[in-house]
Amino acid sequence: MIASGVAGRRITDEVAQFATLVGSDDPVAVEGNRTRWDAGGPATGSPRIVKAPAGVVQYQPDEMTVKVLAGTTVAELDRALAGEGQRTALPQRGGTVGGALAVGENHPHTLAVGALRTAVLKVTYVSADGKIVSGGGATVKNVSGFDIPRLIVGSLGTLGCIAEVILRTNPIPAVSRWFHTLADPFAIYNELLAPAAVFWDGSATWLLLEGHEVDVDHQASVAAGIGELTPVDGPPDEPGLHRWSLPPGELQATMTKLEGPALASIGVGTIWATEPQPERPLSPAVEAIHDRMKTFFDPDRRLNPGRHPGRR
Amino acid sequence: MSALGRAGLLGSVRKRVSDFRPGHDAPTSPDDRLMADLRTALAPERVQFDSAGRSLHSKDASVFKGGVAGPTCFPITTAEVQAISRIAAEHGRAMVPRGAGTGLAGGAIPLGAPVVVALTKMNNILEVDVDNRIAWVEPGVINLDLTRHLTPLGYHFAPDPSSQQVCTIGGNVANNSGGPHCLAYGVTNAHVQAMEVVLPDGQVAMLGGLDPEPAGLDLRGVFVGSEGTLGICTKVAVRITRNRPAVKTLLLSFKTISDAANTVSGIIASGIVPAALEVMDQKITVAVENYVHAGYPRDAGAVLLAEVDGLAAGVAVDAAGIAAIGRANGALEIREAATEEERALLWKGRKTAFGAIAQIAPDYYLHDTVVPRSELANVLAKVYEIADRFDLLVMNVFHAGDGNLHPLLLFDARDEGVLDRVHAAGKEIVEASLDAGGVLSGEHGIGVEKQAYMGRMFSDNDLDHQDRLRKAFDPTCRANPGKVIPMGHSCADIQALRRVPTGVWG
Repeated sequence: MIASGVAGRRITDEVAQFATLVGSDDPVAVEGNRTRWDAGGPATGSPRIVKAPAGVVQYQPDEMTVKVLAGTTVAELDRALAGEGQRTALPQRGGTVGGALAVGENHPHTLAVGALRTAVLKVTYVSADGKIVSGGGATVKNVSGFDIPRLIVGSLGTLGCIAEVILRTNPIPAVSRWFHTLADPFAIYNELLAPAAVFWDGSATWLLLEGHEVDVDHQASVAAGIGELTPVDGPPDEPGLHRWSLPPGELQATMTKLEGPALASIGVGTIWATEPQPERPLSPAVEAIHDRMKTFFDPDRRLNPGRHPGRR
Repeated sequence: MSALGRAGLLGSVRKRVSDFRPGHDAPTSPDDRLMADLRTALAPERVQFDSAGRSLHSKDASVFKGGVAGPTCFPITTAEVQAISRIAAEHGRAMVPRGAGTGLAGGAIPLGAPVVVALTKMNNILEVDVDNRIAWVEPGVINLDLTRHLTPLGYHFAPDPSSQQVCTIGGNVANNSGGPHCLAYGVTNAHVQAMEVVLPDGQVAMLGGLDPEPAGLDLRGVFVGSEGTLGICTKVAVRITRNRPAVKTLLLSFKTISDAANTVSGIIASGIVPAALEVMDQKITVAVENYVHAGYPRDAGAVLLAEVDGLAAGVAVDAAGIAAIGRANGALEIREAATEEERALLWKGRKTAFGAIAQIAPDYYLHDTVVPRSELANVLAKVYEIADRFDLLVMNVFHAGDGNLHPLLLFDARDEGVLDRVHAAGKEIVEASLDAGGVLSGEHGIGVEKQAYMGRMFSDNDLDHQDRLRKAFDPTCRANPGKVIPMGHSCADIQALRRVPTGVWG
């Protein structure tokens, strides 16, 4: 542990070693478990591959926070939290905490666990010039200074290499149940107060209900009033490699246009499909901010070269 | 690359950042030419420079003395904000956006005679889009007006700061505002999907989107809470939240504030996430009760207002759980609001707490820090000790569920030297919170109030990166300069504020 002079700040040995590893000279790419290795474009320019340190540093269930090193797998984090009946908004899918945050994809059950971007309370990363930088704070509520955690989530490691984060945790509900139905998924979504997930493949619907058993039973009876419900173990596998992001109001029209199999997350706007979503170009004004952000954070473009936030 | 090369690289970064800074010799022009130009862009009566208006717009609701306002513009369209931005740039002036002026950290205080952009006339609710569960609103819409508009549709806007009857959505965006009910629902950042902004260079950009994972960096998330330093928001898509069919509000009274704090920790540890968990100490409870007659006990050391909402059956389970945890922590009395009227009255008491203190002292300084929940009791004990030592009256009413303290220092500004004691006590309160593992602000922001403390929470590297973020939006330091990042760090540099035409400081 190294004290840094800032109140309460301790830099762990693992983070200090990661800063040395990232260094400040040559191109580097951070490797997690390579579950989304090509997100934002393939790595270019033969960068040196580095891995972030792993391990749960400090878990405080009664604060609903966990400090974890970026190389920890989400599965390992989930196991640690499940012991205290908690979870986070990070998607599992086999990757690391740092990888999940760098890519920025939400958990499939976003309605229940919240958006990924709201999960990070504090981030510590290694900058392009090899320095240890932190943003955000350890508490569940904080508006102190510019929101560096928001900037880093989804930035594909292009602004800094994530070393350690403090994440918000949430209680795992008492009961989680999946149902299958042929009822209209939009009617179900609109009728229920808080479904945990409503998936639709264009004809069939899978519904996840969570909460107190009494509430789950009640919501199931409301849904059953719209169409017959059958308890199932879970939803079908995601039908394709591609992930679409749409306003929830456009899901129905888009699903009718897709040719291959697809699964839509009602009320969220995600579609998993076999065909890619058309590029969503950034406006010139937003592109200019991206360019300046990159120039100011990584002037030599040595961090994760080839990756571009916003490209599929 | 050699060590020397690295130093060279760093130097070049700084140069690249600072290249965008306005020089000392940037052109300035007298106010009458600025006024004339602004009055070609906006109807003349919506460009004001009278002494009453300048005085009003020189401060916010904080105790900080005012700055110097330049002309105040009241745009009604995005194009007008854009025109103001371009004219301000031509005249070498900065811009400060302004909503209702209810900020408590000095974020809207104009420094260096900037053009004040008052967004209160952009107050239309443009569209309620139930399919996408959002509402498009202009920044001048009042927080509570939006919720009132949504109520018949079965929705509300979740952030509910105590000032919600007057504060604007644009101000909520600028400050990432919270409120009692953000414990379960999250602060403003979780409720803004997209926004149209006029960037400091006058370009209009759409940040975020109605889809769950908009392309590119999360600039929307970065903009929320940036206190007007990244541009001016002209249109916002806010999430609308379904009204809960069932709600229970419990009033628990305790002998000591520690018992209340321990109950709060116990509730969270049990896995219940209430909609709100608010604590008031005895002094503020008595003041509130004298003011609203809501039935708050005057003899309790502290009261806890706990609210759970959702479906009826689960709400009953959670309410029973909270009552049991309260009893285990020595609750003197547990009362459930029996009617909607009783519930509304309890909340009225909580939300008008700061008005209730007017009967006790003419002036107050409301602090805002966050500490880990487990440290609530310890830090509160320190807050009382600090106030005692500085011979000040302190009351505590706070968002206990997320550890957000709001120590309220009461005083009479006419007492000689009292402001020095207020500020000295405030400094110690902030430091006690940081030493307990807390943060500088939970919902009021940094503004000018806490700039000097930023170095206690962030290292120079941290602040340098925050400054880079800011510069990516505002390379020439035109947007609300002199705020958030401490003096000595570029956009906070007084140099940007120094270039003020003669006579303006008068």
